[in-house]
Amino acid sequence: MATATPQRPQGQSMPTPQPTLGESLRRNGVSRRGFLKLCAATASLMALPPSMAPAIAAALESARRPSVIWLSFQECTGCTESLTRSFSPTVENLILDTISLDYHHTLQAAAGDAAEHAREEAMHANAGQYLVVVDGSLPGPRANPGYSTIAGISNYDMLMETVADAAAVIAVGSCAAFGGLPKADPNPSGAVAVQDLVKDKPVINVSGCPPLPMVITGVLAQYLTFGKLPELDEYNRPLAFFGQSIHDRCYRRPFYDKGLFAETFDDEGAKKGWCLYRLGCKGPMTYNACATMKWNGGVSWPVEAGAPCLGCSEPDFWDAGGFYDALSVPPGNSGDMLLAAGAAGVAVGAGAGLLARSKTKSAAKQHQTVTAAELEQKL
Amino acid sequence: MASIGDIPVKVEGEPAAPAEYGNALPVLSQVRHALAQLTQGGEPTQIDLGAMPFGPGDEDRLMALLGQGEVTASVDALGRTRIQETAYSGVWVVEYLNTDDQRVALHLEIDTVPRLLRSQPEDLSDALAALNTLLAASLDQA
Ligand code: SF4
Ligand code: SF4
Repeated sequence: MATATPQRPQGQSMPTPQPTLGESLRRNGVSRRGFLKLCAATASLMALPPSMAPAIAAALESARRPSVIWLSFQECTGCTESLTRSFSPTVENLILDTISLDYHHTLQAAAGDAAEHAREEAMHANAGQYLVVVDGSLPGPRANPGYSTIAGISNYDMLMETVADAAAVIAVGSCAAFGGLPKADPNPSGAVAVQDLVKDKPVINVSGCPPLPMVITGVLAQYLTFGKLPELDEYNRPLAFFGQSIHDRCYRRPFYDKGLFAETFDDEGAKKGWCLYRLGCKGPMTYNACATMKWNGGVSWPVEAGAPCLGCSEPDFWDAGGFYDALSVPPGNSGDMLLAAGAAGVAVGAGAGLLARSKTKSAAKQHQTVTAAELEQKL
Repeated sequence: MASIGDIPVKVEGEPAAPAEYGNALPVLSQVRHALAQLTQGGEPTQIDLGAMPFGPGDEDRLMALLGQGEVTASVDALGRTRIQETAYSGVWVVEYLNTDDQRVALHLEIDTVPRLLRSQPEDLSDALAALNTLLAASLDQA
């Protein structure tokens, strides 16, 4: 597991040049086949096609360790739990060992003044180049700062001071990205998201409650590998992981398309694994990677366990009504009409999700589903 | 760290028959297309099965459809990689495991030989140099 002891002794302001990842791997006796394997697995981790492996190899060969400062504000530590439960030691540990995690409350050995000193030192030595990872939301500038402080410094001051010289900020988890549970009505602590405060630096939102461990490491891996920030969606989430809805990648989708729904948690439909839409599944309006990457090292994910998606990676999911209430569909497009359309053989596809997700501007075109036989004809 | 597989699970009653989610056949179509492309002298293809929306039983069904061929290989580098030829020549299952033997990725490769099995070009010149050194040392001793 990654440890976060300060990397540089006190008083030494400039770091010695770090070896490239290629150099340090070879120094550690990793063979070229091992490297090829790492690149193939990294492609999967970054949700890139395996044909990208040679490009990843070329980029990783010369990649250098970025310095990372991790700030935890109003959060439950679930995101760090998720990160440290990464199940692919070869890939993720290499990445975590490769980033220089200079400051992380939960993982670092140093405490008190020494910890704050490590943060200042990392900021100073890597000015303009370090990444700031934030989990948790924070009381905004007009809220009472006493709701959340670290070492006597308000969260707001610590964030603004730390991001001043950062290359970019990664907001990990729905709290940092969108405010999360601390922001839930009536928002007693005046919680705001990182992007509400940081306006002059790129902010990447890795939402989820918690986000998938592979998505957290995947985003870091992408930055480490290609040295640039990923392509983002309208909520500043990396498209590689948040580009498709749960509904579009859900294995229960064929049942949705046929209009076969579980009505209760223990009826025939539930036992047969039918679609959970009527049990409140928010999959059609939720953009996340768990339908394919799954949880617990690929073992399963909520829908596979028979639970509807709660929409944990979307803004305001905490105040968006009952978790088990079916998504409401605007008048003129009742669920029954969608069902009838489905039954009539018209593939309505993501229709319900598109209607529900009124903020979506770009995804207006109707999704067509294809069968294996049709695919066969097209190819 | 203990793995999730170490948690004891007791299943009561008869397990239900796996449902048919129908997500295996589209992948098989993709494999067929890739193989056709390879036979016509085109590019090899890798398919990341981890990126497929598989439900319980879909992967097993795909593997059953693909069957087993003559070649099984294991590569020991940063943990094991299991390579299995399917019943369809040119279609390989490549399972990447980490040092704790947990799966990190599952790919299908449509190629004459999977990439990982080939000797790596940079290793060839290193090997030649090593052999030269060995021969020179042995001849000196003789
Ligand atoms: S509504 Fe939910 S369970 Fe049904 S297909 Fe969509 S994501 Fe899957
Ligand atoms: S299924 Fe939905 S609620 Fe559950 S982890 Fe995935 S995105 Fe979040």
